[in-house]
Amino acid sequence: MDVLVGGVVEALRLLVTGDAEVWAILRLSLLVSASGTAIALLLAIPAGAALALTRFRGRQLLVSLVNTGMGLPPVVVGLFVTILLWRSGPFGAWEILYTPAAIVIAQAVIAAPIVTGITLAAVQSVPSAFRLQLLGLGASRLQMTWMVLREARLPMLAAVMAGFGGVISEIGASMMVGGNIKGSTRTLTTAMVLETGKGNFDIAIALSILLLTLVFLVNWALTAVQQRG
Amino acid sequence: MLTVVRRLALAGLAVLVVATLPSRAQTPGRTVILSTTTSTQDAGLLDVLVPIFERRSGYTVKTISVGTGQALALAARGEADVTLAHAPALERKHVEDGKTRNRRLVMCNDFVIVGPEADPAGLKGEKSAVAALKRIAEKGARFVSRGDKSGTHTLELALWKQAGLTPAAPWYIESGQGMGATLGIADDRGAYTITDRATALAFARRVKLRAMVEGDKPLLNIYSVMEVNPANGPRVNAAGGKAFADFMLAPETQAVIRTFGVDKYGQALFVPIGGKTDEDVK
Repeated sequence: MDVLVGGVVEALRLLVTGDAEVWAILRLSLLVSASGTAIALLLAIPAGAALALTRFRGRQLLVSLVNTGMGLPPVVVGLFVTILLWRSGPFGAWEILYTPAAIVIAQAVIAAPIVTGITLAAVQSVPSAFRLQLLGLGASRLQMTWMVLREARLPMLAAVMAGFGGVISEIGASMMVGGNIKGSTRTLTTAMVLETGKGNFDIAIALSILLLTLVFLVNWALTAVQQRG
Repeated sequence: MLTVVRRLALAGLAVLVVATLPSRAQTPGRTVILSTTTSTQDAGLLDVLVPIFERRSGYTVKTISVGTGQALALAARGEADVTLAHAPALERKHVEDGKTRNRRLVMCNDFVIVGPEADPAGLKGEKSAVAALKRIAEKGARFVSRGDKSGTHTLELALWKQAGLTPAAPWYIESGQGMGATLGIADDRGAYTITDRATALAFARRVKLRAMVEGDKPLLNIYSVMEVNPANGPRVNAAGGKAFADFMLAPETQAVIRTFGVDKYGQALFVPIGGKTDEDVK
């Protein structure tokens, strides 16, 4: 119990004293996960919308795959991204394994199916009469898609939250492709594992409180946007 | 329309952020990848040594802390440039196979067999590690193994082999986790386990386990540094690997190792043995 109290006290101390290393870790986590989510959004929103609005052979299979991907274990993504980025791997020449860029890639892969899946569901929940009406009023397919996405923006923001929440809290991929390098690829979650391994439970608890606070603040901001309109 | 512009700008900004990330990675030839064991990292030694090396040499070090088994595997694949490990038999095999070269001893400390105060296998006073394991097996007392091919696990398996025993469930528990977590499990289950001295000291406040057997020859824990053979794969930084290995053996570095941990634990965690051979320390 005193460990928990110590953790809360430590969290406050780290925040108040503005511990440089902790701030750097916080900043990296936020930057990497925001970038990973942003890339996922760029790829997944068009993909989700296309899947929702078109009908073709094998679509059902593809949708099932996306839905499965929503539960993609980060450690699996981490393993494959690591192998691809190895010096001996196909992208070895980039030399980005154990850099923040590698974590961004892995997290984008983790978030993409989540965003695609929720976008798909969100777009499909817009009544088809609305789409037909738009087309009837002379909208092009692209304009129609845009209007439908606008209509579905509330659940779409949920997709952003789910994607971001999923990647900032994952550990398996960050650890494998980032390597938990001090001052370079140490994120909140990998630092937590390290401090627990060192027996510094109070610092680990402090970091988890910071992580929860960060996720809360981001979701709060997104919710404010969502509920406003 | 304004929101569209704003969103596009936001997306553009995000892409920019991403684009700048890789450029912050160090230029290839100046980066050294060090694959090493978790114990050196958990003890905090590398947090002290690596910055000194980086300042002196101009290289940037990427420290990948994994079990010794994986650290050597990464070296064998050419995914690292230099390895700091603690499983002498395994290391010598890697050197013989030509995967790593120029293996040099850096430092040592010792392993300790720890167990619950109740001491169900009656190990207190036992001097021999092998005899202690035999007693644990006879009594069927609980024992937690790392089970992760780490240096500690490798040593533990060697001891079982010497005892002529194949440990098995239900009394033999494989944690598959790092030393700290394994100590926690052993503490919780009232079990014995083998730990390196540094982690035992770091966890002395958290777990109630007592040292049962220590000081026996086979419990010596030797750390060596090895350079990766550039033939293992493309892009191995042989010069950088050698620079780091040389640094670990340098007198100033050895002096830092000699006093490391005194301020926090009241005793040094490692004994520097640079320049010595396996025979010297036996």
